Amino acid sequence: MTVYANEMKRSLKALIIWSLAIGAMIMICIAMFPDLKNETEKMGSMFANMGSFTDAFGMDKLDFGQLMGFYGIECGNVLGIGGGMFAALAGISALANEEKEHTAEFLLTHPVSRASVMIQKLTAALTQVAVLNMFTVCASLATAAAVGESFDKKQFVLIHAAFLVMQAELCCIAFGISAFIKRGSLGIGLGLALAMYFMNLLCNMSSDAEFLKYVTPYAYAEPSDIISENAVDGALMAVGCCLAAAGAVTAFIKYGKKDISA
Amino acid sequence: MSIIETHRLTKKYGKYRGITELDLSIEEGEFFGFIGPNGAGKSTTIRTLLGLIKPTSGSAEIFGKDIIKAHREILADIGYMPSEANFYSTMTAEEIIKLSARLRKRDCSAEAARLCERLGVDRKKRIEELSLGNKKKVSIVCALQHEPRLCILDEPTSGLDPLMQKEFFDILRERNKKGSTIMLSSHILSEIQKNCDRAAIIKEGRLTALDSVENLSRTAAKRVTLHGISAVPGGLEAVDVNSAEGSVSFLYSGGIPKLITALAGLDITDMTVTEPDLEEIFMHYYEKEKGGERR
Repeated sequence: MTVYANEMKRSLKALIIWSLAIGAMIMICIAMFPDLKNETEKMGSMFANMGSFTDAFGMDKLDFGQLMGFYGIECGNVLGIGGGMFAALAGISALANEEKEHTAEFLLTHPVSRASVMIQKLTAALTQVAVLNMFTVCASLATAAAVGESFDKKQFVLIHAAFLVMQAELCCIAFGISAFIKRGSLGIGLGLALAMYFMNLLCNMSSDAEFLKYVTPYAYAEPSDIISENAVDGALMAVGCCLAAAGAVTAFIKYGKKDISA
Repeated sequence: MSIIETHRLTKKYGKYRGITELDLSIEEGEFFGFIGPNGAGKSTTIRTLLGLIKPTSGSAEIFGKDIIKAHREILADIGYMPSEANFYSTMTAEEIIKLSARLRKRDCSAEAARLCERLGVDRKKRIEELSLGNKKKVSIVCALQHEPRLCILDEPTSGLDPLMQKEFFDILRERNKKGSTIMLSSHILSEIQKNCDRAAIIKEGRLTALDSVENLSRTAAKRVTLHGISAVPGGLEAVDVNSAEGSVSFLYSGGIPKLITALAGLDITDMTVTEPDLEEIFMHYYEKEKGGERR
């Protein structure tokens, strides 16, 4: 538990900053909704007729005049990109930063096994992802209540559950990569999250790129699909969970026998 | 009883040599020196023993237990001081020292306080605000606060001022008297000569000598200094030659009669023949080897 506690303590500041930034953007979006609602009659049809742009963001399937539709696009993107980046960074820096800052030597010459270090570090990263999402959910609910709007309960829960799993998957995959690299973790982490995000946009735009939905976790966390189907694609999410497990297992195998550089 | 024992321990980094078939044995209670220039394989040996890197072949035991199978058990009784002290930069010295103790599931606060007092560690400062020497002090506290059975110190004195070095060695000798085994890796030979009972010399990844410091110092080589002439007399095999105006000094490992014969008839005003110190032997050893390679 010592490693876990230390990880949490060291990342607390970053977690607070990310939570506040994402939370604030979502609160601003929701606070604007009542004013936008009246204008979306026109905007809705406009957004629905922007060709592939419309497809990419799933705006053909959503009603901008409804809180859920608005929330799915605006907040979905904020939490999708922001939360995805945070999760990938938390995962990628877990092991790589120890080597980059040469602290792995300090940590690993104490009587802790590498397996235990990895379990504690991954758990800490996932805890941070969960905290960030919980904070966002609370911010959303509070703001919606403040402006007198309410969410469709089931859809709200499904969207956030899917986002949480999506971010956990990114975190686990990044953690797997983390075991291989010694430096440059920041770029790889952000790159991973953004690449996955754009894969989903491509996948929405072109049927040729549909196979990408099995690669990117953003596919099963697509709010437009969740809201229009009133359900999450369980098969895609199961594939995602397998990829996450593969990431974590890869880390365990690689880091277990890795030579720690001086 | 051997506290550290390696059997043909080998580590290769791809094509690069790390250490080659190292057979090392350190007894419990020893103050052991591990000598070699930079890049000879000292740190590789230590890092392999600590499980940071995996041996390519061969095996090693610490406390009679296999270094890979009993990795955690072994580390619980070891205090390690790396050659470069790196800690989580935003934490304070105090937090690092406590973290180290918690990772060992031990309460070492009393001993930590004593060590901090003696070394003058500023515990409130963040690691990123500390100088190299002060980070080293934190590293010393982390390595010694749990009073380990075995201390492994990799070039521990770099960055410490002379007063601190003295305090540090005082602490190590006290620990050694109480029964701790000390393995001191260094390229500063006077340090080894002053403190260690036995020493191993490592060169290009291979063990080249393992003996008591006394025996290592007692070799056939003599430091010969001649005044009145400024060149090595002809016919003498000399290394580490220092010649100045009107005097010459060199290490000589041949027979004494040959030396006397060579000196006879020369215009020598004064001369001394002394036992070389460990540093000179070491140089002598390396120079000779280098010469051998050149041929």
